[in-house]
Amino acid sequence: MEGPDGLGGTVNKVISYIKTFALWELFKGLSVTQKNFFRKSVTLEYPDEKTPQSPRFRGLHALRRYPNGEERCIACKLCEAVCPALAITIESDVGDDGTRRTTRYDIDLFKCIYCGFCEEACPVDAIVETRIHEYHMEAPGENIMTKDKLLAVGDKYEAMISADKAADAKYK
Amino acid sequence: MFEFVAALWNWFPPLWQYLFTVLAKILLVTFCVIIIVAFSTYFERKVIGSMQARVGPNRVGWRGLLQPFADVFKLLFKEVIVPSKSNRFLFIIAPLLTLIPALATWAVIPMNDWFVIADINAGLLYVLALTSLGVYGVILACWATNSKYAFLGAMRSAAQIVAYEIAMGFALVGILMAAGSLNIGEIVAAQRGGLSNWFVLPLLPLFFVYWISGVAETNRAPFDVAEGESEIVAGFHVEYSGVAFALFFLGEYANMILISTLTAVFFWGGWASPLEGWAVFERFHDNPWFGWFFAGGFPWLFIKMAFFMYVFFWLRATFPRYRYDQIMRLGWKVFIPVTIVWIGVEGAMAWFEVGPWKGLTG
Repeated sequence: MEGPDGLGGTVNKVISYIKTFALWELFKGLSVTQKNFFRKSVTLEYPDEKTPQSPRFRGLHALRRYPNGEERCIACKLCEAVCPALAITIESDVGDDGTRRTTRYDIDLFKCIYCGFCEEACPVDAIVETRIHEYHMEAPGENIMTKDKLLAVGDKYEAMISADKAADAKYK
Repeated sequence: MFEFVAALWNWFPPLWQYLFTVLAKILLVTFCVIIIVAFSTYFERKVIGSMQARVGPNRVGWRGLLQPFADVFKLLFKEVIVPSKSNRFLFIIAPLLTLIPALATWAVIPMNDWFVIADINAGLLYVLALTSLGVYGVILACWATNSKYAFLGAMRSAAQIVAYEIAMGFALVGILMAAGSLNIGEIVAAQRGGLSNWFVLPLLPLFFVYWISGVAETNRAPFDVAEGESEIVAGFHVEYSGVAFALFFLGEYANMILISTLTAVFFWGGWASPLEGWAVFERFHDNPWFGWFFAGGFPWLFIKMAFFMYVFFWLRATFPRYRYDQIMRLGWKVFIPVTIVWIGVEGAMAWFEVGPWKGLTG
């Protein structure tokens, strides 16, 4: 009967002593891991299974065309101006048909931070970020997405891009 | 063909025949232990994966079953780097010194009622002696490596093994008193006759002390301060690579399997079946297919060993690493008094013939 709590404190001490010797807390811990042992694993086996993606996913860039094949980009350079990472370089000239067109449209993928500001800034929906995120470079210089490469991506994935745009339209 | 082999066999003198038989037994046991080591690494990764809601290895072979072989071949093809300031000879033999005692102890373990490599009467002493020898491999590895991290790891490991060796020895004194023999075959025989005759029930505190000391002895989690990767990289085997590292790995797992088997043998009846004493099942005892289930046999030893290996992994998945001073406190101030008290209790009860100890002294 010592300590500030008198008899109650002594009883608690004895109980905790018995619990220690019965390995009470340790068995409680073991039961937690044993319960989890029978739980279904949450692993997603990546190359075979993939997580669902949002239509707003910001991946590899693309330049789009109108359905008649005309480039959308009008070389307004808003994307170049808004780009926080200075990843976009644009040079422009007046084309044969009297319209202003880009002669150079480069995106440096190493500088790009995939913020999507270029897509938001574009008045004609020309530059977009697609859902493609599994791409790689094999040689120095391949990190520069030139205009031809961007247009090629846009031509190849136009169906996906326009579907994503339509899905997101009602929230804009 | 068969006559030729028989003739050749009879041509050898009896001593040679005996040597060949023993050699074949040794090879069989060693091969089985190494295969079990390989698959227990796979089993460990699967069990811990399941407990952490992951899947574990599943790429190499069906459900990852060939993963251990992939790991082994990777290690075999790696370069063994010997540090320039190290003691080359000790550096190379240190892994062997951890592995050999772990494998040699299997000589006295009875697999069933007739298979044992060496049926010696001082089997328990042999086990105690050889399991203590494992610490020399660790100490020599650290000394030969000539690295501070290895040195710290080995000092911790050595102090820990010495501390828990004593509690382990005392726990085995309890077994010795209960069985009345140092021969491990007789220790198993003393536990025959069903679950109630196993030593785990009357010697429950000693069982816990033995098992926890065994986990500490093998330097496994939560007593793995010897290779605490967050503090001293990998402890005593920090400079080992390739085959030399594989030998350490093999030694560690062989030791785990050994401790699991010894726990099964000393406290859980070894190869004896828990259903042995039931008269209802006696007519199945001679059945060649499932008679072992009721009469006892090697599969029971394997099942018990596998269960304790599972407990090793279970503990690793559950508990954080002990602090070093807590390890020492547990070993010296808790386990040794508990075992001494229980040995006293066991002796008194056996002397006065009360409780489950009735007749234990024979």
